[in-house]
Amino acid sequence: MTATDLLVVRGLVAGYGAAPVLRAIDLTVPAGTIAAVVGANGAGKTTLLRALSGMIRPAAGQVLLAGEDLRGTPVEQLVRRGMAHVPEGRGVISELTVDENLRLGGLWRRDRADAGRALDEVYQLFEPLARRRRHLGHQLSGGERQMLALGRALVGRPRLLLLDEPSLGLAPRVVARTMALLRQLRDRTGLTVLLVEQNVRSALAVADQGVVMSLGRVVIAAPAVQLRDDVDLRHAYLGF
Amino acid sequence: MDRFVFLTVDGLSRGAVYAAFALALVLIWRAARVVNFAQGAMAVAAAYVAYTVSTATGSYWLGFVVAIVAGLLLGALVDRVVMRHVDHASPLNPVIVALGLVLLIQAVLGMVYGSEFRPAEAPFSRSALTVGGVAVLSPYDLFVFATIGVVVSGLAWMFARTPVGLRMRAAAFAPEVSRLLGVNVGGMLTLGWALASGVGALAAMLVLPTELGLHPHAMDLVFVSAFTAAVVGGLDSPPGAVVGGLVVGLLLSYVSGYAGSDLTPLAVLVLLLAVLLVRPGGLFAPVAARRV
Ligand SMILES: Nc1ncnc2c1ncn2[C@@H]1O[C@H](COP(=O)(O)OP(=O)(O)OP(=O)(O)O)[C@@H](O)[C@H]1O
Ligand SMILES: [Mg+2]
Repeated sequence: MTATDLLVVRGLVAGYGAAPVLRAIDLTVPAGTIAAVVGANGAGKTTLLRALSGMIRPAAGQVLLAGEDLRGTPVEQLVRRGMAHVPEGRGVISELTVDENLRLGGLWRRDRADAGRALDEVYQLFEPLARRRRHLGHQLSGGERQMLALGRALVGRPRLLLLDEPSLGLAPRVVARTMALLRQLRDRTGLTVLLVEQNVRSALAVADQGVVMSLGRVVIAAPAVQLRDDVDLRHAYLGF
Repeated sequence: MDRFVFLTVDGLSRGAVYAAFALALVLIWRAARVVNFAQGAMAVAAAYVAYTVSTATGSYWLGFVVAIVAGLLLGALVDRVVMRHVDHASPLNPVIVALGLVLLIQAVLGMVYGSEFRPAEAPFSRSALTVGGVAVLSPYDLFVFATIGVVVSGLAWMFARTPVGLRMRAAAFAPEVSRLLGVNVGGMLTLGWALASGVGALAAMLVLPTELGLHPHAMDLVFVSAFTAAVVGGLDSPPGAVVGGLVVGLLLSYVSGYAGSDLTPLAVLVLLLAVLLVRPGGLFAPVAARRV
């Protein structure tokens, strides 16, 4: 591990019952980079994110965030360590308004003034949300929900953002805008992103690192540009 | 006409108590998906504590405050020590545990205090003031309305406007997502139980002076009425609980005034059945907001 690796995963084993889904995952994400995790349905991508954020308890292995072992850290403490997890399906709370969802993302912070600033920034970033502050979560379109879930994570000013299929069900233009935004956040604020995607091409287009998962293992982790451009690698691991 | 006015005021006054008690049921239902059948017994236990303090010190108000504090603590205790450890996989489990809790609390109260009625003191006169020859409100009715008005609007304000209220709602609606956002979901649940049980204790303190007095079973019928009120309003709706409470209070008052008080338990059950058959979600069921 080097000083600049924000997330280091070693031998992570996790699952839902007796049989593990993840079998010894190793993964390193340097600070200020985007890692894209791709793989077939059921490969264990969502399970990996859930194990990282403590939603399921790993059976073995180690997760280090900025060198700190996260073992035994309760889920609700992880956000205080700088980790934000936007779950699959995005987890907008439908009974709360846009504004309440967003404020919830910063409630844990001691620095109330900066939480307020972060909220304003998110409203500037996602203009449609600013126009729908009083709308309930279930009144939003799919794209607006995605903005809300992403914005809510950003209100907490995370160091590491775990995103589970943000492009699910969205128009290509919206996907492109989301990916561009991630790159912008990385470049401007040094945000580190672990991005799970079905949309392999657009994920590899923004990512620094590509990670291919299959049957609960990492089969290859390589610079994204290499996975994108090397025809043999692409054929072997991505099937296109 | 005089009688109608009297019955209406009396109905609203009891209805206010049912509203508070129903609100307490709704608070727990929303947070934990448990109908707290032990709420009546818990409230009586708090009222007995108040009785002990008031008789020892001679101060009604000290007892009143102690009852609410005891209610808050008892609610937190029931959550932490009992309900937290019940497997909620089957919705029947918490119900059975709550019924067991009723037996336990009533048995302990019977052992400590005996089962004869003890007088429950009213801090204000219960005789109605007359306005233009018509007996309307007693000072005690005013006290009940004011107290419940303050508590209900205070809770509404807390849930709608304060950070802790936002956390409590989020934790109830989406516990997993809330934890990811740093909300201590377990703590919010305990707080919900404490608040509900505190409101229940308050309701018991307000209603007992208008009944036969203090007895381990003193809140049984109030519980049934409040449960009906909560179902009428929709178990998920706090405003529904308040309206439901007032409706049930009025109904019972008219039935007992015009048809005889023997019929009131029957009237409650008929109303409960009617609502369950016609509109099981309650009159205030939100229109298909959930399930994404
Ligand atoms: N809650 C659960 N209980 C039991 N097994 C589960 C659960 N969630 C997922 N699994 C199993 O774990 C395996 C990996 O699932 P996971 O959701 O991590 O896949 P994924 O890579 O995210 O797939 P997708 O691309 O479809 O989202 C699958 O075989 C799935 O059936
Ligand atoms: Mg998935």
